[in-house]
Amino acid sequence: MPTPPLESSANLPDGGAWAAILAAGIGCLALGLCIDLAEASKAISNAMNFYNPTGDLAGKSTIAVLVWLVSWMILHARWKNRNLRSPGKISAVMLILVALAMVAAFPPFFELFAAA
Amino acid sequence: MEMTSRELWTALHGMIFGAGFLLAFSGGFAALWALRSEWITARGAAGSGAWLVTSAWTMALFAWLAVLIGTYVIYPWYRAKPPAGATGSALVDYPKYLLISRPQTTDWHEFGMEWKEHVAWFAPMLATAVAYVVTRYRQQVVESATLRRALLVLYAVSFSCAAVAGLFGALINKAAPTR
Repeated sequence: MPTPPLESSANLPDGGAWAAILAAGIGCLALGLCIDLAEASKAISNAMNFYNPTGDLAGKSTIAVLVWLVSWMILHARWKNRNLRSPGKISAVMLILVALAMVAAFPPFFELFAAA
Repeated sequence: MEMTSRELWTALHGMIFGAGFLLAFSGGFAALWALRSEWITARGAAGSGAWLVTSAWTMALFAWLAVLIGTYVIYPWYRAKPPAGATGSALVDYPKYLLISRPQTTDWHEFGMEWKEHVAWFAPMLATAVAYVVTRYRQQVVESATLRRALLVLYAVSFSCAAVAGLFGALINKAAPTR
């Protein structure tokens, strides 16, 4: 017997759900890129020093969270009224973004870019 | 049983919010796994869904609190610079510099802290996405295996990131306590 729809989300297109999922992947990748860029360039690292006691970690994390939130807002605005035709592709893209982010944040990898 | 204020903050960061996040995971993951139309009745979906929402938002909140306290309260104490010329036991109040002062402990900072301080920030973004979707799109989660699988992956990755951060945090604090 099919489950009767839950009132909170009955009839909602799933686009908004996938927007949240993809945006999380984008935010993670943004953090990974910030880590690698800061490692590669002293100037970028200094520019990300938003709060001196914390160093460039403040900038890396703030930028990543902003990218996450902005990308979520944009994707949600575009997809909230749609059922996505290829959710499997979005899922795959999210997985790739998260995997790249994990590699980018791994010290033996980002230390390859260490500025002289 | 006296604790300094720094030790209290460190305990709050790691043992309350960090450990609380990790503990909330297994119940939330099991509830999400089971939230499928072929396994549950409408009443079951409502009940386990409510549990899942509570668990997911608790994880997200704890993750944010853990990373914010870690980054803006504890990390400055960890990376504080010692006075010029300080060596040996004079570095005990400067954990980072204590660790990098000896070859046997350098990697606790160069690998452990460098990984922990960054990977932890993935956890709250991923956990928030899961919490939002199970709250707002619960019916779609029940009906769609693709959506549910994506959320399970995000949930598991979020947990893994927090677990790495928690493990290295505990070990680093053992090697060079924040006092």
